[in-house]
Amino acid sequence: MTEEQDHQSNQNQEKDTVDPKAKDNIEEAKEQPADNPLNEESPEKITTPSDQQSSTKKERSTDTKSEPSPTEQSQTEKSKSDKPKSEHTKRPRKKHTKKDQPPEKKEPSPNQPILDHYVKIINKNLSKDAIDDAFVNRSSKELPTIVATPKYYFSIAKLLRDHEELQFHFLSDIHGIDYESHMEIYAYLYSMSRNQSVALKVKLDRENPAISSLAPLWKGASWPENEAYDLLGISFENHPDLKRILLGEDWEGYPLRKDYEPYDVEV
Amino acid sequence: MDMNLEAITAQERDEMHRNVFFITLEQLKSWARSNSLWPVQFGLACCAIEMMGVGASHYDLDRFGSIFRSSPRHSDCMIVSGTVTKKMAPIIRRLYDQMPEPKWVIAMGSCATAGGPYFYSYSVVKGVDQVVPVDVYIPGCPPNPAALIYGINKLQEKIRYEAKTGKRVTNT
Amino acid sequence: MIRTEEMLLNVGPQHPSTHGVFRLVVKVDGEIIKEATPVIGYLHRGTEKLAEDLQYTQIIPYTDRMDYLSAMTNNYVICHAVETLMDLEVPERAEYLRIIAMELGRIASHLVWYGTYLMDIGTTSPFLYAFREREMIINLLNELCGARLTFNYMRIGGVKWDAPEGWIDKVREFIPYMREQLDGYHEFVTGNEIFLNRVKGVGQYTQEEAIQYSLSGANLRCTGIAYDLRKAEPYSIYHRFEFDIPVGETGDAWARYQCRMAEMAESLKILEQAVEQFPEDGKIMGKVPRIIKPPKGEVYVRIESPRGEIGCYIASEGKKTPYRLKFRRPSFYNLQILPKLLEGENMANLIAILGGVDIVLGEVDG
Repeated sequence: MTEEQDHQSNQNQEKDTVDPKAKDNIEEAKEQPADNPLNEESPEKITTPSDQQSSTKKERSTDTKSEPSPTEQSQTEKSKSDKPKSEHTKRPRKKHTKKDQPPEKKEPSPNQPILDHYVKIINKNLSKDAIDDAFVNRSSKELPTIVATPKYYFSIAKLLRDHEELQFHFLSDIHGIDYESHMEIYAYLYSMSRNQSVALKVKLDRENPAISSLAPLWKGASWPENEAYDLLGISFENHPDLKRILLGEDWEGYPLRKDYEPYDVEV
Repeated sequence: MDMNLEAITAQERDEMHRNVFFITLEQLKSWARSNSLWPVQFGLACCAIEMMGVGASHYDLDRFGSIFRSSPRHSDCMIVSGTVTKKMAPIIRRLYDQMPEPKWVIAMGSCATAGGPYFYSYSVVKGVDQVVPVDVYIPGCPPNPAALIYGINKLQEKIRYEAKTGKRVTNT
Repeated sequence: MIRTEEMLLNVGPQHPSTHGVFRLVVKVDGEIIKEATPVIGYLHRGTEKLAEDLQYTQIIPYTDRMDYLSAMTNNYVICHAVETLMDLEVPERAEYLRIIAMELGRIASHLVWYGTYLMDIGTTSPFLYAFREREMIINLLNELCGARLTFNYMRIGGVKWDAPEGWIDKVREFIPYMREQLDGYHEFVTGNEIFLNRVKGVGQYTQEEAIQYSLSGANLRCTGIAYDLRKAEPYSIYHRFEFDIPVGETGDAWARYQCRMAEMAESLKILEQAVEQFPEDGKIMGKVPRIIKPPKGEVYVRIESPRGEIGCYIASEGKKTPYRLKFRRPSFYNLQILPKLLEGENMANLIAILGGVDIVLGEVDG
């Protein structure tokens, strides 16, 4: 339950901007043609998240109210972050109203247009349901974060690397997280030419976590994926050399899983 | 060789008192061994850096006759400098077995002594004494180079004491 | 024609040139390496799992023991991550103390690399010189925080100890001394014919390969990419200092050597400015709640350690302990290129290549 709530509570704002209604606003401002895939997707988009999080929604809103920190945080954060904000920042963002929590008035993240741009490229080049969720992680230096669907995870990564407007050539980090309800892969990509970062996440089934490997794209992903395989038991398809890199093949269990019980063998 | 003890002058007798002394062979051996403890150059973790520091210019372990050797077959002392993991433990045992007798082990730092800060870790052996017998434990995380030198001195003391008295320092 | 056979050779885990417990299974044909398989994990201590049960302040000592040659940068990365997550302000004086400590640590770390690398490829005396200077830095840091190697100096929101009286002057005096010694090192080693023959053209890779393998630090810069997080994404107060990013051209062990040597000089430049700008007085701890409970959320920050890009990921649930803590350990990533570099090389070059990558096994294994 944790992760989704996390983001949503913390980044309620961002979530909303990506929400179809907010998207409409943005598109209005951008004067996008009406046949944009984003619009088509909206009915579907409304249903899926509510399905998933209908139970957590109530909790969410209460959470945010009790936490004053994200607001101040984002403001100073913004001044701190010194990424070139390009012309995107000045784009008009009108009609940005909030239904669920009117007292909080957060400024939209300066990186929100950038993220929207990424989402647009991905939706255009791949499929409209390639992205599960996209938000700006305000607590992490306004980091645009894309949650991919497992099916499109690899192709999104490939697109992020190869598209001439994205150019995320450098894989900074890739690791797995065990969220009890599900597993997650977190990859941090960086574009040296544009000095921009993006986080790519994907949620996996906890019982049988498997995902296509990024090692064919970045050779540097090979060992970190091995590490995730070793410590969390996430298996990577098409990995050139999948092995238990740290603990050895005869180790039982996956230590970084939350339910791991150490079995102290006699030495 | 004949030796006329009668003809020894008082001066020569004095000289002999100063220069000739009798000890047991055991003690002689221990004297030699304790002053040429050659540790295996074998670093495990953070403590290895301090061990390197001991060997380097400022602390200069060579003064005490301890020279780091790269092969366990050349050495008679093993300084376990760092965290011993379960993956590493069998290898330490093998290294220990490769060392010629007599041999001693120094557990340097709290990790090698008892697991230290990694006591609750799933992959760490709680003290190297579960794998090899340890003679000297040096506390610290990591121990100061001076502490390592003190530990080596203690080991030398132990070697001489055991040879002199024929007793073990500890009961176990 | 001499008939040769392939032979399996086991280098490590106990090998004097691996600087720790690193094992390399090498398949050799005569003198030529056919294939090399690194085996790691001999120092895997499960820091990330341990951290899940520890409070944020309690994790800081564990970071010291990860990359034990530059513990200060490791301290910084976790503090920086929590500060980013909680949006804490760090007082100016604390920032300066952090920078001075980190840059001193960077020099000390490169000095160990310099000494041991040259010892690996056959000269013994630079090791003694490098450790002499390192001992001075260690003494300075010892005075600052009371530890020689595992400093545990930084806290979330500031630093633990203020600089003792006269300490800044000692650092100020140290800078010209170290510069002089650096010149000495160059005179001593850099032009040496034997040394050049050992490192030039050895372990060469291109820019694309370096990025493909996610290399960072001097391993990336030696190919000519001027990528240093202190400039690319300035953290702390690095934007106040003037310094260059040394880059190599050839991408071989020689370029890496030059990069690291130049980095020491650049660190001295930063130190000089930091000491000049050092505020007379001020607080060393920011306003930090007694119990550190970051809000829910996740954060990933990265900074430049002597070995490359060290990152810290925290997933917080709003509790005293992190839900998941992950370090992007530069040595771990940098080491991946080793099998590729060793293929087809002479056996004698193995050590020159491995040493040039500059790994710390505590960091590789986590």
